[in-house]
Amino acid sequence: MIALIDYGAGNLTSVRKALTALGADFTIPTSAEMCSQAAGLIVPGVGHFAATAALEGEWLQAIKAAVEDGVPLLGICLGMQWLFEGSDEAPDVQGLGVIRGRITKLRNDPARRLKIPHVGWNALQFRTNPSTALETAPRLLSGLPSGAQVYFTHSYAAPVTDECIAATEHANTFSSVVERDNIFGVQFHPEKSGDAGLQILRNFLQACGC
Amino acid sequence: MLTKRIIACLDVRDGQVVKGIQFQQLRHAGDPGELARRYNVEGIDEVVVLDITATLETRQALARTINAVAREIFLPLTVGGGIRSEDDAAAAIDAGADKVSLNTAALRNPDLITTLARRYGSQAVIVAIDAKRLGGGFGVFVRSGTADAARDAVEWARQAESRGAGEILLTSMDRDGTKAGFDCDMTAAVSDAVEIPVIASGGAGTFDHFTDVFTRGHADAALAASIFHYAESSVSDLKRHLRDRGIPVRL
Repeated sequence: MIALIDYGAGNLTSVRKALTALGADFTIPTSAEMCSQAAGLIVPGVGHFAATAALEGEWLQAIKAAVEDGVPLLGICLGMQWLFEGSDEAPDVQGLGVIRGRITKLRNDPARRLKIPHVGWNALQFRTNPSTALETAPRLLSGLPSGAQVYFTHSYAAPVTDECIAATEHANTFSSVVERDNIFGVQFHPEKSGDAGLQILRNFLQACGC
Repeated sequence: MLTKRIIACLDVRDGQVVKGIQFQQLRHAGDPGELARRYNVEGIDEVVVLDITATLETRQALARTINAVAREIFLPLTVGGGIRSEDDAAAAIDAGADKVSLNTAALRNPDLITTLARRYGSQAVIVAIDAKRLGGGFGVFVRSGTADAARDAVEWARQAESRGAGEILLTSMDRDGTKAGFDCDMTAAVSDAVEIPVIASGGAGTFDHFTDVFTRGHADAALAASIFHYAESSVSDLKRHLRDRGIPVRL
Protein backbone atom coordinates (compact mmCIF):
# COMPACT_ATOMS: atom_id res chain seq x y z
CA MET A 1 0.00 0.00 0.00
CA ILE A 2 1.35 3.40 -1.06
CA ALA A 3 0.63 6.32 1.27
CA LEU A 4 -0.14 9.53 -0.62
CA ILE A 5 0.40 12.39 1.80
CA ASP A 6 -2.25 15.12 1.63
CA TYR A 7 -1.15 18.27 3.44
CA GLY A 8 -3.44 20.66 1.58
CA ALA A 9 -0.91 21.90 -1.01
CA GLY A 10 -2.83 21.80 -4.24
CA ASN A 11 -5.08 19.04 -5.44
CA LEU A 12 -4.20 15.38 -5.58
CA THR A 13 -6.64 14.44 -8.34
CA SER A 14 -4.09 13.96 -11.09
CA VAL A 15 -1.64 11.98 -8.93
CA ARG A 16 -4.49 9.72 -7.79
CA LYS A 17 -5.63 9.29 -11.38
CA ALA A 18 -2.13 8.26 -12.50
CA LEU A 19 -1.70 5.80 -9.60
CA THR A 20 -5.11 4.32 -10.38
CA ALA A 21 -4.20 3.95 -14.06
CA LEU A 22 -1.04 2.10 -13.03
CA GLY A 23 -3.06 -0.24 -10.84
CA ALA A 24 -1.37 0.91 -7.63
CA ASP A 25 -2.94 0.23 -4.28
CA PHE A 26 -2.83 3.53 -2.40
CA THR A 27 -4.39 5.37 0.48
CA ILE A 28 -4.38 8.89 1.86
CA PRO A 29 -3.28 8.46 5.48
CA THR A 30 -5.31 10.26 8.10
CA SER A 31 -2.69 9.92 10.84
CA ALA A 32 1.10 10.18 10.81
CA GLU A 33 1.52 6.71 12.36
CA MET A 34 0.19 5.15 9.15
CA CYS A 35 3.42 6.16 7.37
CA SER A 36 5.44 3.38 8.98
CA GLN A 37 3.03 0.74 7.60
CA ALA A 38 3.28 1.89 3.99
CA ALA A 39 5.21 0.15 1.21
CA GLY A 40 6.07 3.59 -0.10
CA LEU A 41 5.37 7.26 0.54
CA ILE A 42 4.53 9.95 -1.99
CA VAL A 43 4.68 13.62 -1.02
CA PRO A 44 3.12 15.62 -3.89
CA GLY A 45 2.34 19.32 -3.80
CA VAL A 46 2.34 22.50 -5.80
CA GLY A 47 2.58 26.11 -4.79
CA HIS A 48 4.43 27.87 -2.00
CA PHE A 49 7.05 26.18 0.22
CA ALA A 50 5.24 27.63 3.24
CA ALA A 51 2.50 25.04 2.63
CA THR A 52 4.90 22.32 3.82
CA ALA A 53 4.71 23.87 7.29
CA ALA A 54 1.62 21.65 7.69
CA LEU A 55 4.03 18.68 7.75
CA GLU A 56 6.23 20.05 10.52
CA GLY A 57 6.01 18.13 13.77
CA GLU A 58 4.57 14.61 13.83
CA TRP A 59 4.25 14.11 10.08
CA LEU A 60 7.85 15.15 9.46
CA GLN A 61 9.07 12.88 12.26
CA ALA A 62 6.96 9.94 11.06
CA ILE A 63 8.08 10.30 7.45
CA LYS A 64 11.72 10.64 8.52
CA ALA A 65 11.46 7.53 10.70
CA ALA A 66 9.84 5.54 7.86
CA VAL A 67 12.58 6.63 5.44
CA GLU A 68 15.28 5.62 7.94
CA ASP A 69 13.55 2.22 8.13
CA GLY A 70 14.00 1.91 4.36
CA VAL A 71 10.50 2.84 3.15
CA PRO A 72 10.84 4.38 -0.34
CA LEU A 73 9.84 8.06 -0.50
CA LEU A 74 8.99 10.03 -3.65
CA GLY A 75 8.70 13.82 -3.48
CA ILE A 76 6.96 15.48 -6.42
CA CYS A 77 7.54 19.18 -7.26
CA LEU A 78 7.13 20.98 -3.92
CA GLY A 79 7.45 17.53 -2.34
CA MET A 80 10.92 17.13 -3.84
CA GLN A 81 11.94 20.57 -2.59
CA TRP A 82 10.79 19.53 0.87
CA LEU A 83 13.38 16.69 0.87
CA PHE A 84 16.06 19.37 1.23
CA GLU A 85 16.92 21.40 4.31
CA GLY A 86 14.88 24.47 3.48
CA SER A 87 13.92 27.02 0.85
CA ASP A 88 14.53 30.71 0.24
CA GLU A 89 10.80 30.88 -0.55
CA ALA A 90 9.89 30.36 3.13
CA PRO A 91 13.09 30.65 5.19
CA ASP A 92 11.33 29.93 8.48
CA VAL A 93 9.94 26.58 7.35
CA GLN A 94 12.06 23.49 7.86
CA GLY A 95 12.41 20.84 5.15
CA LEU A 96 12.72 17.10 5.78
CA GLY A 97 16.48 17.51 5.47
CA VAL A 98 17.28 14.05 4.09
CA ILE A 99 19.21 15.73 1.26
CA ARG A 100 21.75 18.44 2.02
CA GLY A 101 21.24 21.78 0.35
CA ARG A 102 18.78 24.58 -0.01
CA ILE A 103 16.09 25.47 -2.56
CA THR A 104 16.66 28.78 -4.35
CA LYS A 105 14.73 30.87 -6.84
CA LEU A 106 15.30 30.10 -10.50
CA ARG A 107 16.97 32.81 -12.53
CA ASN A 108 15.33 34.42 -15.55
CA ASP A 109 17.10 35.73 -18.62
CA PRO A 110 15.07 38.37 -20.48
CA ALA A 111 17.63 38.56 -23.30
CA ARG A 112 17.00 34.87 -24.09
CA ARG A 113 13.28 35.18 -23.25
CA LEU A 114 13.64 32.69 -20.41
CA LYS A 115 10.85 33.47 -17.95
CA ILE A 116 9.98 32.64 -14.39
CA PRO A 117 7.90 30.62 -13.60
CA HIS A 118 9.45 27.83 -15.66
CA VAL A 119 6.33 26.36 -17.25
CA GLY A 120 6.26 23.67 -19.90
CA TRP A 121 8.11 20.66 -21.25
CA ASN A 122 11.85 20.47 -20.76
CA ALA A 123 14.50 17.77 -21.04
CA LEU A 124 16.02 15.55 -18.37
CA GLN A 125 19.78 15.43 -18.90
CA PHE A 126 21.00 12.28 -17.17
CA ARG A 127 24.11 12.74 -15.09
CA THR A 128 26.84 10.15 -14.98
CA ASN A 129 28.89 11.73 -12.25
CA PRO A 130 31.37 9.22 -10.78
CA SER A 131 31.11 11.01 -7.44
CA THR A 132 27.42 10.24 -7.25
CA ALA A 133 26.13 9.12 -3.90
CA LEU A 134 24.33 6.23 -5.58
CA GLU A 135 25.68 2.77 -4.88
CA THR A 136 23.61 1.19 -7.61
CA ALA A 137 22.31 2.36 -10.99
CA PRO A 138 19.49 4.90 -10.64
CA ARG A 139 16.15 3.16 -10.53
CA LEU A 140 13.76 6.05 -11.05
CA LEU A 141 14.79 6.71 -14.67
CA SER A 142 14.92 3.08 -15.75
CA GLY A 143 13.66 2.60 -19.31
CA LEU A 144 13.93 6.29 -20.24
CA PRO A 145 16.50 7.92 -22.53
CA SER A 146 18.50 10.95 -21.48
CA GLY A 147 16.75 13.94 -23.03
CA ALA A 148 13.25 12.65 -22.18
CA GLN A 149 10.79 15.54 -21.95
CA VAL A 150 8.63 16.15 -18.88
CA TYR A 151 6.23 18.85 -17.70
CA PHE A 152 7.45 21.48 -15.22
CA THR A 153 5.71 24.35 -13.47
CA HIS A 154 7.74 26.04 -10.71
CA SER A 155 9.76 29.10 -9.73
CA TYR A 156 12.15 27.55 -7.19
CA ALA A 157 14.46 24.60 -7.63
CA ALA A 158 17.11 22.42 -6.01
CA PRO A 159 20.85 22.73 -6.58
CA VAL A 160 22.77 20.06 -8.46
CA THR A 161 24.14 17.87 -5.64
CA ASP A 162 25.59 14.36 -5.52
CA GLU A 163 22.04 12.95 -5.38
CA CYS A 164 21.15 14.58 -8.71
CA ILE A 165 20.65 11.89 -11.38
CA ALA A 166 19.13 14.25 -13.95
CA ALA A 167 19.50 17.99 -14.36
CA THR A 168 17.49 20.44 -16.45
CA GLU A 169 18.55 23.65 -18.06
CA HIS A 170 16.66 26.93 -17.90
CA ALA A 171 18.48 30.23 -17.30
CA ASN A 172 20.43 28.19 -14.77
CA THR A 173 20.83 24.42 -14.44
CA PHE A 174 18.91 22.80 -11.61
CA SER A 175 18.34 19.35 -10.20
CA SER A 176 15.25 17.81 -11.79
CA VAL A 177 15.59 14.25 -10.43
CA VAL A 178 17.29 13.13 -7.22
CA GLU A 179 17.83 9.61 -5.97
CA ARG A 180 19.77 8.16 -3.06
CA ASP A 181 19.00 4.70 -1.75
CA ASN A 182 15.24 4.79 -0.98
CA ILE A 183 14.89 8.57 -1.41
CA PHE A 184 13.53 9.87 -4.72
CA GLY A 185 12.47 13.32 -5.90
CA VAL A 186 11.24 14.86 -9.15
CA GLN A 187 10.84 18.60 -9.71
CA PHE A 188 8.42 18.05 -12.61
CA HIS A 189 4.96 16.47 -12.59
CA PRO A 190 5.20 12.81 -13.66
CA GLU A 191 1.40 12.59 -13.44
CA LYS A 192 1.16 15.20 -16.22
CA SER A 193 4.16 14.14 -18.29
CA GLY A 194 2.55 11.59 -20.59
CA ASP A 195 4.18 8.19 -21.08
CA ALA A 196 7.58 9.31 -19.70
CA GLY A 197 5.94 10.41 -16.46
CA LEU A 198 3.96 7.19 -16.09
CA GLN A 199 7.18 5.20 -16.58
CA ILE A 200 8.81 7.12 -13.71
CA LEU A 201 5.85 6.44 -11.41
CA ARG A 202 5.96 2.78 -12.47
CA ASN A 203 9.68 2.69 -11.56
CA PHE A 204 8.89 4.11 -8.13
CA LEU A 205 6.14 1.54 -7.56
CA GLN A 206 8.66 -1.14 -8.51
CA ALA A 207 11.13 0.23 -5.96
CA CYS A 208 8.31 -0.09 -3.40
CA GLY A 209 7.79 -3.71 -4.38
CA CYS A 210 4.30 -2.89 -5.64
CA MET B 1 15.84 23.89 -23.14
CA LEU B 2 12.23 24.77 -22.47
CA THR B 3 10.16 23.82 -25.50
CA LYS B 4 7.35 25.78 -27.13
CA ARG B 5 4.00 24.24 -26.26
CA ILE B 6 1.27 23.25 -28.71
CA ILE B 7 -2.15 23.28 -27.07
CA ALA B 8 -5.35 21.83 -28.49
CA CYS B 9 -8.63 23.50 -27.66
CA LEU B 10 -11.85 21.51 -27.48
CA ASP B 11 -14.93 23.70 -27.68
CA VAL B 12 -17.55 21.75 -25.83
CA ARG B 13 -21.30 22.14 -25.63
CA ASP B 14 -23.46 19.73 -23.67
CA GLY B 15 -20.66 17.20 -23.54
CA GLN B 16 -19.87 17.24 -27.27
CA VAL B 17 -17.10 18.94 -29.27
CA VAL B 18 -18.96 21.30 -31.52
CA LYS B 19 -16.51 23.19 -33.68
CA GLY B 20 -14.87 22.39 -36.96
CA ILE B 21 -14.55 18.65 -36.74
CA GLN B 22 -13.71 17.54 -40.21
CA PHE B 23 -11.86 14.39 -39.30
CA GLN B 24 -14.14 11.74 -40.78
CA GLN B 25 -14.37 9.24 -37.93
CA LEU B 26 -14.88 11.92 -35.34
CA ARG B 27 -17.52 13.91 -37.16
CA HIS B 28 -20.34 11.81 -35.85
CA ALA B 29 -18.82 11.01 -32.48
CA GLY B 30 -17.98 14.57 -31.44
CA ASP B 31 -16.57 12.99 -28.34
CA PRO B 32 -14.07 15.04 -26.28
CA GLY B 33 -12.43 11.98 -24.73
CA GLU B 34 -11.87 10.41 -28.14
CA LEU B 35 -10.38 13.60 -29.57
CA ALA B 36 -8.13 14.07 -26.53
CA ARG B 37 -6.88 10.51 -26.90
CA ARG B 38 -5.96 11.12 -30.55
CA TYR B 39 -4.15 14.36 -29.74
CA ASN B 40 -2.26 12.65 -26.94
CA VAL B 41 -1.01 9.96 -29.33
CA GLU B 42 0.06 12.67 -31.79
CA GLY B 43 2.07 14.48 -29.13
CA ILE B 44 -0.07 17.39 -28.02
CA ASP B 45 1.48 19.17 -25.01
CA GLU B 46 -1.70 20.32 -23.28
CA VAL B 47 -5.45 20.27 -23.72
CA VAL B 48 -7.95 23.05 -23.04
CA VAL B 49 -11.64 22.27 -22.65
CA LEU B 50 -13.71 25.37 -23.29
CA ASP B 51 -17.34 25.19 -22.24
CA ILE B 52 -18.99 27.44 -24.80
CA THR B 53 -22.47 27.29 -23.33
CA ALA B 54 -21.49 27.58 -19.69
CA THR B 55 -24.93 27.84 -18.22
CA LEU B 56 -25.82 26.45 -14.84
CA GLU B 57 -27.79 23.63 -16.45
CA THR B 58 -24.71 22.37 -18.26
CA ARG B 59 -22.39 22.40 -15.23
CA GLN B 60 -22.86 18.72 -14.50
CA ALA B 61 -22.36 17.84 -18.14
CA LEU B 62 -19.11 19.80 -18.01
CA ALA B 63 -17.88 17.87 -14.98
CA ARG B 64 -18.56 14.63 -16.86
CA THR B 65 -16.69 15.97 -19.90
CA ILE B 66 -13.67 17.02 -17.82
CA ASN B 67 -13.65 13.61 -16.24
CA ALA B 68 -13.84 11.86 -19.61
CA VAL B 69 -10.93 13.90 -21.00
CA ALA B 70 -8.84 13.60 -17.82
CA ARG B 71 -9.21 9.82 -17.98
CA GLU B 72 -7.65 9.74 -21.45
CA ILE B 73 -4.60 11.91 -20.97
CA PHE B 74 -1.79 12.38 -18.48
CA LEU B 75 -1.10 15.92 -19.63
CA PRO B 76 -1.96 19.34 -18.22
CA LEU B 77 -5.68 19.98 -18.65
CA THR B 78 -7.21 23.44 -18.51
CA VAL B 79 -10.91 24.18 -18.22
CA GLY B 80 -12.43 27.52 -19.19
CA GLY B 81 -15.70 29.11 -20.10
CA GLY B 82 -18.06 30.56 -17.55
CA ILE B 83 -15.88 30.07 -14.46
CA ARG B 84 -17.34 32.86 -12.36
CA SER B 85 -16.63 31.89 -8.78
CA GLU B 86 -14.33 29.98 -6.49
CA ASP B 87 -16.95 27.20 -6.42
CA ASP B 88 -16.98 26.93 -10.23
CA ALA B 89 -13.19 26.64 -10.21
CA ALA B 90 -13.22 24.08 -7.41
CA ALA B 91 -15.77 21.96 -9.30
CA ALA B 92 -13.60 21.99 -12.45
CA ILE B 93 -10.44 21.12 -10.50
CA ASP B 94 -12.18 18.38 -8.53
CA ALA B 95 -13.39 16.90 -11.81
CA GLY B 96 -9.77 16.62 -13.02
CA ALA B 97 -8.68 20.00 -14.36
CA ASP B 98 -5.14 21.13 -13.50
CA LYS B 99 -5.77 24.76 -14.38
CA VAL B 100 -8.78 27.01 -14.79
CA SER B 101 -9.05 29.83 -17.27
CA LEU B 102 -10.82 33.00 -16.12
CA ASN B 103 -12.09 35.64 -18.50
CA THR B 104 -15.07 37.93 -17.80
CA ALA B 105 -15.13 37.02 -14.11
CA ALA B 106 -11.49 38.09 -13.66
CA LEU B 107 -12.18 41.52 -15.13
CA ARG B 108 -15.30 41.99 -13.06
CA ASN B 109 -13.67 40.69 -9.89
CA PRO B 110 -9.84 40.63 -10.07
CA ASP B 111 -9.74 39.35 -6.47
CA LEU B 112 -10.92 36.00 -7.83
CA ILE B 113 -7.48 35.58 -9.46
CA THR B 114 -5.79 36.11 -6.10
CA THR B 115 -8.23 33.88 -4.23
CA LEU B 116 -7.68 30.99 -6.64
CA ALA B 117 -3.90 31.53 -6.78
CA ARG B 118 -3.75 31.32 -2.98
CA ARG B 119 -5.89 28.20 -2.89
CA TYR B 120 -4.41 26.26 -5.82
CA GLY B 121 -1.18 28.09 -6.70
CA SER B 122 -0.58 30.51 -9.56
CA GLN B 123 0.23 27.63 -11.90
CA ALA B 124 -3.46 26.69 -11.77
CA VAL B 125 -4.78 30.10 -12.78
CA ILE B 126 -4.84 31.28 -16.38
CA VAL B 127 -6.31 34.65 -17.27
CA ALA B 128 -7.84 34.61 -20.74
CA ILE B 129 -7.87 37.91 -22.61
CA ASP B 130 -9.94 38.41 -25.76
CA ALA B 131 -8.61 41.48 -27.53
CA LYS B 132 -8.63 43.29 -30.83
CA ARG B 133 -6.80 46.19 -32.43
CA LEU B 134 -8.32 49.44 -31.33
CA GLY B 135 -7.00 52.95 -31.92
CA GLY B 136 -3.32 51.98 -32.16
CA GLY B 137 -3.57 49.70 -29.13
CA PHE B 138 -5.28 46.45 -28.19
CA GLY B 139 -8.69 46.64 -26.54
CA VAL B 140 -10.12 43.97 -24.25
CA PHE B 141 -13.60 42.55 -24.89
CA VAL B 142 -15.74 40.40 -22.61
CA ARG B 143 -18.85 38.24 -22.69
CA SER B 144 -17.57 36.15 -25.59
CA GLY B 145 -16.33 39.26 -27.32
CA THR B 146 -19.61 41.14 -27.35
CA ALA B 147 -18.81 43.89 -24.85
CA ASP B 148 -15.99 46.43 -24.85
CA ALA B 149 -14.31 46.25 -21.45
CA ALA B 150 -12.64 49.63 -22.01
CA ARG B 151 -9.30 48.17 -20.97
CA ASP B 152 -5.95 47.92 -22.69
CA ALA B 153 -4.79 44.32 -23.17
CA VAL B 154 -1.17 45.00 -22.17
CA GLU B 155 -2.18 46.88 -19.04
CA TRP B 156 -4.72 44.20 -18.07
CA ALA B 157 -2.18 41.40 -18.61
CA ARG B 158 0.25 43.18 -16.28
CA GLN B 159 -2.44 43.59 -13.66
CA ALA B 160 -3.54 39.95 -13.96
CA GLU B 161 0.08 38.92 -13.40
CA SER B 162 0.40 41.09 -10.31
CA ARG B 163 -2.86 39.60 -8.98
CA GLY B 164 -1.40 36.09 -9.19
CA ALA B 165 -2.18 34.73 -12.65
CA GLY B 166 0.26 32.02 -13.75
CA GLU B 167 -0.27 32.35 -17.50
CA ILE B 168 -2.06 34.58 -20.01
CA LEU B 169 -4.18 33.08 -22.79
CA LEU B 170 -4.37 35.84 -25.38
CA THR B 171 -6.92 35.50 -28.19
CA SER B 172 -6.99 37.84 -31.16
CA MET B 173 -10.63 38.49 -32.01
CA ASP B 174 -9.56 39.99 -35.33
CA ARG B 175 -7.92 36.74 -36.35
CA ASP B 176 -10.10 34.13 -34.64
CA GLY B 177 -11.51 31.74 -37.19
CA THR B 178 -9.90 33.54 -40.13
CA LYS B 179 -6.91 31.20 -40.57
CA ALA B 180 -4.97 34.35 -41.51
CA GLY B 181 -2.29 33.79 -38.86
CA PHE B 182 -1.84 34.80 -35.23
CA ASP B 183 -1.65 38.51 -34.38
CA CYS B 184 2.10 38.48 -33.75
CA ASP B 185 2.33 42.20 -32.91
CA MET B 186 -0.29 41.92 -30.19
CA THR B 187 1.20 38.71 -28.81
CA ALA B 188 4.68 40.24 -28.66
CA ALA B 189 3.36 43.39 -26.98
CA VAL B 190 1.76 41.35 -24.19
CA SER B 191 4.53 38.76 -23.93
CA ASP B 192 7.20 41.45 -23.58
CA ALA B 193 5.19 43.21 -20.86
CA VAL B 194 4.84 40.24 -18.48
CA GLU B 195 7.12 37.64 -16.90
CA ILE B 196 4.54 34.84 -17.00
CA PRO B 197 4.08 32.66 -20.09
CA VAL B 198 1.75 33.86 -22.85
CA ILE B 199 -0.34 31.44 -24.91
CA ALA B 200 -1.27 32.84 -28.31
CA SER B 201 -4.64 32.00 -29.81
CA GLY B 202 -6.72 32.95 -32.82
CA GLY B 203 -5.86 32.72 -36.49
CA ALA B 204 -3.86 29.51 -36.87
CA GLY B 205 -4.23 28.36 -40.47
CA THR B 206 -0.84 27.00 -41.53
CA PHE B 207 2.22 25.54 -39.85
CA ASP B 208 4.17 28.70 -40.67
CA HIS B 209 1.70 30.72 -38.62
CA PHE B 210 3.01 28.82 -35.59
CA THR B 211 6.60 29.50 -36.62
CA ASP B 212 5.74 33.22 -36.83
CA VAL B 213 4.06 33.43 -33.44
CA PHE B 214 6.96 31.66 -31.72
CA THR B 215 9.54 33.93 -33.37
CA ARG B 216 8.04 37.36 -34.15
CA GLY B 217 5.22 36.95 -31.62
CA HIS B 218 7.43 35.92 -28.67
CA ALA B 219 4.76 33.39 -27.64
CA ASP B 220 5.53 30.68 -25.12
CA ALA B 221 2.73 28.45 -26.35
CA ALA B 222 0.18 28.42 -29.16
CA LEU B 223 -3.38 27.20 -29.00
CA ALA B 224 -5.56 26.09 -31.87
CA ALA B 225 -8.81 24.26 -32.39
CA SER B 226 -9.96 23.60 -35.92
CA ILE B 227 -6.53 23.19 -37.57
CA PHE B 228 -5.97 19.99 -35.59
CA HIS B 229 -9.34 18.55 -36.54
CA TYR B 230 -8.13 18.18 -40.13
CA ALA B 231 -6.65 14.75 -40.60
CA GLU B 232 -3.79 16.16 -42.70
CA SER B 233 -2.71 18.64 -40.02
CA SER B 234 -1.56 16.36 -37.28
CA VAL B 235 0.14 17.68 -34.17
CA SER B 236 3.20 15.54 -34.92
CA ASP B 237 3.54 17.00 -38.45
CA LEU B 238 3.32 20.50 -37.00
CA LYS B 239 5.99 19.75 -34.42
CA ARG B 240 8.38 18.30 -36.99
CA HIS B 241 7.83 21.41 -39.11
CA LEU B 242 8.72 23.63 -36.15
CA ARG B 243 11.75 21.55 -35.19
CA ASP B 244 13.09 21.77 -38.75
CA ARG B 245 12.91 25.55 -38.41
CA GLY B 246 14.92 25.59 -35.21
CA ILE B 247 12.03 25.97 -32.76
CA PRO B 248 12.38 23.68 -29.74
CA VAL B 249 9.41 21.33 -29.36
CA ARG B 250 8.71 18.07 -27.57
CA LEU B 251 8.82 15.22 -30.06
